[in-house]
Amino acid sequence: MSTEQLELFEVFIRSSRGLDHKHVGSLHAEDHAHAVDYARDCYTRRNEGVSIWVVKSSDICSSQEDDAPEFFDPSDDKPYRHATYYPLPKEVGNM
Amino acid sequence: MNSSLNELEQAFQAKIDAEQKIEPKDWMPAKYRQNLVRQVSQHGHSEVIGMQPEGNWITRAPSLRRKAVLLAKVQDEAGHGLYLYSATETLGTPRADLIEALQTGKAKYASIFNYPTQTWGDIGAIGWLVDGAAICNQVSLQRTSYGPYARSMIRICKEESFHQRQGYQIMVELAKGTPEQKQMAQDSLNRFYWPALMMFGPHDSKSAHSAQSMKWKIKRETNDDLRQKFIDQTVPQIEFLGLEHPDKELVWNEERGHYDSGEIDWEEFNSVINGNGHCNRQRISHHVAAHEEGLWVREAQHAYNVKMKARRASTAA
Repeated sequence: MSTEQLELFEVFIRSSRGLDHKHVGSLHAEDHAHAVDYARDCYTRRNEGVSIWVVKSSDICSSQEDDAPEFFDPSDDKPYRHATYYPLPKEVGNM
Repeated sequence: MNSSLNELEQAFQAKIDAEQKIEPKDWMPAKYRQNLVRQVSQHGHSEVIGMQPEGNWITRAPSLRRKAVLLAKVQDEAGHGLYLYSATETLGTPRADLIEALQTGKAKYASIFNYPTQTWGDIGAIGWLVDGAAICNQVSLQRTSYGPYARSMIRICKEESFHQRQGYQIMVELAKGTPEQKQMAQDSLNRFYWPALMMFGPHDSKSAHSAQSMKWKIKRETNDDLRQKFIDQTVPQIEFLGLEHPDKELVWNEERGHYDSGEIDWEEFNSVINGNGHCNRQRISHHVAAHEEGLWVREAQHAYNVKMKARRASTAA
């Protein structure tokens, strides 16, 4: 990485205790510690979070959006994974 | 106890009292961590071992649709085991240690899975009663104080909502069927009803970990309260099936607004938990065998990774 092009980091913020960290965006930084500071300044200026995670973008391995239909189609023909597939008699209440 | 530790514990309890979640990197008392590792890993082991009694019927499910449904359910249980093992690992215990504790008998799992699945009706009864009881417990645990555990419970409850319904549907069809099928449903209900009640654990007065777990909000409702909820909700479900209730002492208590019920056979509960159920040895030896038979896959994966790393290093050079 040159001084012109710092490392890219992805930023995840936990908005309050008990919730998952959610991806909010990315930023350039020299290293992890700086990325956390920058993320605080960039993404939590209005108390948006109680915790920050940063991950090098290059460390993220993702599926390909273009291949999404084929990639996710194993669950297309499995409606029986959903509770609504099984009708319930009224008499027995919720289940 | 020195004063700084005392202060830490007070701050910790204050957080819990204020309904704040505890997250992996927060300070926590060693006992809280231990208690959680025990409970969450045993919950995970139950999901994993729970695949065996149902897996027993995948090849014999009465139709292709039933086979697909049962496969989907068993697949979910594997996933739920994974969520729970991962949640346990956030507490600093490596997965290999958890597996070893299971295989050496140091860690327990829900004793219900030591009962054999003898008929197709048992698959109905397990989905309906065993998953039903588990859901009662898990809905309550969505509010547990440890963040990763709570979040895995939320995910599990969402995915599991079909498990109980598919089981009940099996029971409905058997109960509406021939006299032999109805008898099969009754027989499964009779055999699984009491063990399902045992899943909630000993009475509150006899539960070793309950009081502390409630104070730390690891548990949110007591064993007896959850069991009562399950007993109450199951009555109309049995009535709809037109089956006989296995508890002959069951009677509505107007004053309490709940059903009073007969006593559980605690001797059976203790005997099964201590290794003397029908399938205890079979469940663990099968787990060990599956783990050992999968060794070549893990070794092949490792060999491949080593080779790829070497190849990348040589092309980079």
